[in-house]
Amino acid sequence: MTGLKKKQMPKTETMDLKEKLVSSFMVFEDSVDVDSPVHEIRSEAIKTFEEKGFPSKKEEAWKYTSLNSILKYDYSVFPKHERAIEYSEIKKYFIHDIDSYKIVFIDGKYSSHLSHTTHDGIDVCLMSAALTKPKYRLVIENYFNKVAPSDSLTSLNTAFSNEGAYIHIPKGKVVEKPIQIIHFATGAENALLLQPRNLVVVDENSHVQIIERHQSLTENPVLTNSVTEIFANKRAIVDYYKIQNDKENASLIDNTYIKQKQQSVAKVHTFAFGGKMIRNNLNFYQNGERIDSILKGVTVIGNKQHVDHNTLVMHKEPNCESHQDYKGIFGDNATGVFNGKIIVEKKAQKTNAFQANNNILLNDKASINTKPQLEIFADDVKCSHGCTIGQIDESALFYLRSRGIPKKEAKALLMYAFSNTVLDSVKIPELKARITKLIAKKLGVNIGFNL
Amino acid sequence: MPKYTEDDLREELKTKEYEYGFYTDIESDTFPIGLNEEIVRAISKKKEEPEWMTEWRLEAFRGWKEMIEPEWANVTYKKPDFQAISYYSAPNKKPKYESLDEVDPELLETFKKLGISLDEQKKLAGVAMDVVVDSVSVATTFKKTLAEKGIIFCSISEAIKEHPELVKKYIGTVVPPKDNFYAALNSAVFSDGSFCYIPKGVRCPMELSTYFRINQAGTGQFERTLVVADKGSYVSYLEGCTAPSRDENQLHAAVVELIALDDAEIKYSTVQNWYPGNAKGQGGVFNFVTKRGLCETNAKISWTQVETGSAITWKYPSCILKGDNSVGEFYSIAVTNNYQQADTGTKMIHLGKNTKSTIISKGISAGRSQNSYRGLVQVGSRAANARNFSQCDSLLMGNECGAHTFPYIEAKNQSAQIEHEATTSKIGEDQIFYCNQRGIDTEKAIALIVNGFSKEVLNKLPMEFAVEAQKLLEISLEGSVG
Repeated sequence: MTGLKKKQMPKTETMDLKEKLVSSFMVFEDSVDVDSPVHEIRSEAIKTFEEKGFPSKKEEAWKYTSLNSILKYDYSVFPKHERAIEYSEIKKYFIHDIDSYKIVFIDGKYSSHLSHTTHDGIDVCLMSAALTKPKYRLVIENYFNKVAPSDSLTSLNTAFSNEGAYIHIPKGKVVEKPIQIIHFATGAENALLLQPRNLVVVDENSHVQIIERHQSLTENPVLTNSVTEIFANKRAIVDYYKIQNDKENASLIDNTYIKQKQQSVAKVHTFAFGGKMIRNNLNFYQNGERIDSILKGVTVIGNKQHVDHNTLVMHKEPNCESHQDYKGIFGDNATGVFNGKIIVEKKAQKTNAFQANNNILLNDKASINTKPQLEIFADDVKCSHGCTIGQIDESALFYLRSRGIPKKEAKALLMYAFSNTVLDSVKIPELKARITKLIAKKLGVNIGFNL
Repeated sequence: MPKYTEDDLREELKTKEYEYGFYTDIESDTFPIGLNEEIVRAISKKKEEPEWMTEWRLEAFRGWKEMIEPEWANVTYKKPDFQAISYYSAPNKKPKYESLDEVDPELLETFKKLGISLDEQKKLAGVAMDVVVDSVSVATTFKKTLAEKGIIFCSISEAIKEHPELVKKYIGTVVPPKDNFYAALNSAVFSDGSFCYIPKGVRCPMELSTYFRINQAGTGQFERTLVVADKGSYVSYLEGCTAPSRDENQLHAAVVELIALDDAEIKYSTVQNWYPGNAKGQGGVFNFVTKRGLCETNAKISWTQVETGSAITWKYPSCILKGDNSVGEFYSIAVTNNYQQADTGTKMIHLGKNTKSTIISKGISAGRSQNSYRGLVQVGSRAANARNFSQCDSLLMGNECGAHTFPYIEAKNQSAQIEHEATTSKIGEDQIFYCNQRGIDTEKAIALIVNGFSKEVLNKLPMEFAVEAQKLLEISLEGSVG
């Protein structure tokens, strides 16, 4: 059937990758247990993907981001080579000065000698184990693919979902140290497609901090299409940090879906400092009263990089809040996209939704496209959004320079101050220090004192 | 004293009938329904147009046939059947009248009901009226005063005949015939409209105004307006609309083109109060309008609109800031009630250096209506020091309505300064309490608050229009505006 289609349709590069993925699915099916409960979900998902294909610029949500340039490579779907990496090689990619649980993947395969998992009271382990072991069956049935919608890229991930992090924090546990999830791509293949699938379930009154990072160690193109589902149950607190500082030819499509129950708090910080193309689809669904959702992001990019933040907050119940704060600094030929959507349903009275998006363009070749949207169906709400595009204040710059701070450093200081409001809410001091360093490095200065 | 609450207001809104719903019985010269090249030719012939105009229309029609009706707007409606509409209707008591006495008395009665008595208008001076009933101008006043200054203000069909060089030079330059589905349709079948030319350095001494009405059953209204302000001139143009109550949906697809040459200024104000449909959402006018202005160096275009009517509004008055130092402004109040749907906003395209634009949009939704703001602010890579400020506020009355904001911001220049802010709220109980506490009853308090909410825009309307705008707000939100 697929062969027939190929003849009728014009042969394009995108077509090829799609065809390849669809046919790879058969091979993938052979390697996994067909009787597992997720088998049906996977088969359904590949059908959805086959129908919809990769999103094009014609779709409203992808108006400003084209996938054409990253889909042209001949990605290998199942990495053949396994490469062992020494800890010393990759130490710098960890937040290594804190004690933490670690889940590390190399080219999509779990690396046991670099990881530190646990089953002691909480489950910090692997998706592949969770999908196959009967002990986790209930959780998988209740939560797996329950919040992820059936859009094309998410479906593609669902179809090939096999490996990733599985975190389950039972009732009343406060996880004493952060969990780091790191995906490495070593580039033994020419071009690599990774599709990690994470599931985080945080039960009543529990608290967890998670740091996620995707890192390429090669000059070869890497495309990561990641899906993370997070469930924050009653009064749970989830604190999630995404560090995106990848190589120039690594692209990331990061889909995160968060479902919150009453009185829970979910925070997601996204630090986008690099990569060829980054697309963050961050979606919050509030299913209960007195929920707080916090979405923050700092983007500092240059060259020909492209970062697209696409957020959605769905207010379904009364008395909830959401706070969004995204700062962007764009230099060289970089392109920034922000597409934030707040939906307040009829029932969600007394909602307090706030959204801010501030941007600085450093160069005439850089561009920013922003579209903050509000869709409101309830009358007793406080919803506002603000969006600005501007430059560094000349008089502030002059003030600093008149006090003997060189222009470059003064500019960097101002830009640092600009993005600092986002860092305020980072709860892990070591992480904050690391991010500060990264920002300074990105701005090309040594600020010289501890901020 | 029984307390007047928002619920009472809502109740009142629900039962408020369209005041201007009446139908004037004038025998009309109406074309058979349907659209094809023959009809386009016939319209052109009827208007006694030159060959180039007929060709221009046909070209637009051919383009239109290839186009698909847009669906991206946040509105739902049953698409009109374009083959079930009659594309031409004109009051048949022609030719034109020399004085008001000759005008059909029934028609004069119509205007009286609308409260725009021509006699009064004449006396009031300062307002020249080009009254359009079913697409054909029937009375033009103060033409002589304008002629002395060299200002041309006439119907577009007259302009095609008498000033073909001007029309030919400017028509379709801002809104190309194939710009979009409705603009193409309009270009092919436009029946009449207004043309205005202000010569170099002339400041138009009065507000120019046109009243549009949709009168004949089942006739689409396709107005075409072209305003050209030559170098250093100034004009303020008013456009107001009311339509009779009717059960079937009526289509209105107008095109307005403004051209402000170097140092010129155009102020374009609209009050739109077409039939919005009844309380059950039946009937009402479909309003698909393309309005766009082009600013050359140091020019300024200012759009002000008060949108209270129509079942569906699809309207984006835009400014192309082509010349350096040009300014674009957009002030809008959109009020929706019952089942009305409005998707309106603006586009500010910054191309020249030091260009400035301001957008103030106020949306008030009541009943089961949906009110959307959709705007685009685009700064090209050469538009150094472009400056934009946008503010979109929505006021919700009741829990069945919706307010939406879709701002698109695209900046390609580092020196651009763009600000956008939007808020959504309802009339706060604390605000009403504050007024009550100072001896202002609730009804007055609501009036005060709504008035204050829309004041920034109302202030921008010319004096003559501000009164009418207030009146229209009253009809749409009876009891809330004092």
